[in-house]
Amino acid sequence: MKSCCNKKHEEIRSPLGKARGLGSSKSGFAHWWSQRITALALIPLSIWLLINIQYMFATSHVQATTWLGQPMNAVGVILFIWLSFYHALLGIEVVIQDYVPKKSSKTIGLLFARFFFVLLGFMSAYAVLQTNFGVDNISFVLDDMHDFPISSK
Amino acid sequence: MRERPLSPHLQIYKPQITSILSILHRATGVALATGLTILCWGLWAMSKGASSYECFQWFIHSPIGILMLLGWAWALCYHLLNGIRHLFWDMGYGFNMTVVNASGWVVIVFSFLLAGFFILPVIF
Repeated sequence: MKSCCNKKHEEIRSPLGKARGLGSSKSGFAHWWSQRITALALIPLSIWLLINIQYMFATSHVQATTWLGQPMNAVGVILFIWLSFYHALLGIEVVIQDYVPKKSSKTIGLLFARFFFVLLGFMSAYAVLQTNFGVDNISFVLDDMHDFPISSK
Repeated sequence: MRERPLSPHLQIYKPQITSILSILHRATGVALATGLTILCWGLWAMSKGASSYECFQWFIHSPIGILMLLGWAWALCYHLLNGIRHLFWDMGYGFNMTVVNASGWVVIVFSFLLAGFFILPVIF
């Protein structure tokens, strides 16, 4: 190192240490990378969903719930929900960052997008679970519980 | 402060397959993100029972619903295929201009074929 740096603490920091975090990409890489990983996983999942869309949204409720009642179908739909809502949020975030010039509106937009997609994602996943382990099954369990002395004081 | 010169924007450029497909990728992405709301509704209605599900089915088979379903299927197929094209670019392949143009046309043609293949059985 040159003798230009008089202060000792500046000499101790390595050039890499100084450079780290100074670039334009602070946490941007993780965002970019997550978008690609979710995209990769969504390729087979989307094709699977497209093949099965006619069963999933079949005309009768019985047919549709029977399809969603298959364990692997429920797992597939929940996986699709998780990854697609995540992927959608990442994409919408980039769009908001690109096209909303005002800083306050941008922050509000990013917050709203995050809340919106997390809420909708959880609602969808809950619905799949409800269809599989929902009211009917729970009332069945409750009927059984009447046999226990603890439930009737 | 003096008015700064602006760089030429979208409307200045001649439309090219590269730029159009790039814009469409974003547009379909935003449309699909919005369309997830309908998927959420469908799953929610399914969990609520037969009557709520019938309401959802009625919407899906109404003219607007069919139009949205067709649009959704094409947007998904387009975004899927063009997304694969983007992933290849991210790995450093396919930047040659002839390849870029050819893969672009492949994406356009197959997006329509795939969408029709998957969604027509749902509508009819």
